[in-house]
Amino acid sequence: MGILLIIVLVLMIGGAIFSLEAKDLLSAVIAYGIVGFGLVILFLLLQAPDLALVQIVVEAITLIIMIAVIMDSTREEVKTKSKRTAAYVIISIVFAGLFLYFFNRVTGTLSAFGERAMRMSLAYIEPGAEITGSANLVTGVIFDYRGYDTLGELTILFTAVIGVLTVLRLKGRK
Amino acid sequence: MKGMTIIVQKVTQIMCGIIFLYGIYIIMHGHLTPGGGFAGGIIIAGSFILLVIAFGSKFLALKKEETGSSILESTAILLFLAIASAGLLISGVGIFFVNFLPKGTIGNLISAGILPFFNIAVGIEVAAALVTVFLALLIYKEEST
Repeated sequence: MGILLIIVLVLMIGGAIFSLEAKDLLSAVIAYGIVGFGLVILFLLLQAPDLALVQIVVEAITLIIMIAVIMDSTREEVKTKSKRTAAYVIISIVFAGLFLYFFNRVTGTLSAFGERAMRMSLAYIEPGAEITGSANLVTGVIFDYRGYDTLGELTILFTAVIGVLTVLRLKGRK
Repeated sequence: MKGMTIIVQKVTQIMCGIIFLYGIYIIMHGHLTPGGGFAGGIIIAGSFILLVIAFGSKFLALKKEETGSSILESTAILLFLAIASAGLLISGVGIFFVNFLPKGTIGNLISAGILPFFNIAVGIEVAAALVTVFLALLIYKEEST
């Protein structure tokens, strides 16, 4: 399973780099789709079917909307002159090195992924089905233990839709 | 936005209802199997978006403002708040978000108290929100050209 994870991760990194560098915007969006669908496979391999289900439908609809936008406007990227001086390269390498060093130090202290649950999560996992009455623990957590979080998420969604309707209304602006 | 060819339209006619039913299944079994309100709502919204993309915007006569989905979305978030406050007002326990209905046996379709009602409210909210955003983008384009 480790080798599968590494193959999918390398594909995702390649897709992300290609979508940054591509000249054609349509191929950039399709390469960005590799990142999203690779994430779906990662979630399935790491045994998180709830997240995989949400991710695959959100990714599909996002790709449809982005491709529709590109079909409506131009496919060519607007050319801007970018200066790559030596100072930028040095700063990026230094930051990447710092990030790798601290990431390695932090993850070195954790136990291996999926080995054993922490003491805090055991308090949710073991009596969770009896307390919430739900066979799917994820639903039990997001509606029972974390009910206020779900209310906040719905409020954010509602506010986003109100904002879109406000910005895109032509009749009110005249 | 123009519609697509007759092949796409026929396949859409067959598949659209099945996708809609699958979304309802995901919402109703949210407390038993993977999925739930968010995933099922997005699937239902996807069936509407597929319909609009395949048949073009003339199919729904999208020249005027579309308010049905917006009203549905506002109602759904009020429904969520009402179920959450029912625990505060009528259950007798007096706690916001309390699960006051009987739990039933774990694994049955009718179990888990008020969690399925939360799932249904979240599903309506997410589906209506996504359809509203898509229709708003589409109507903006139709009006501006």
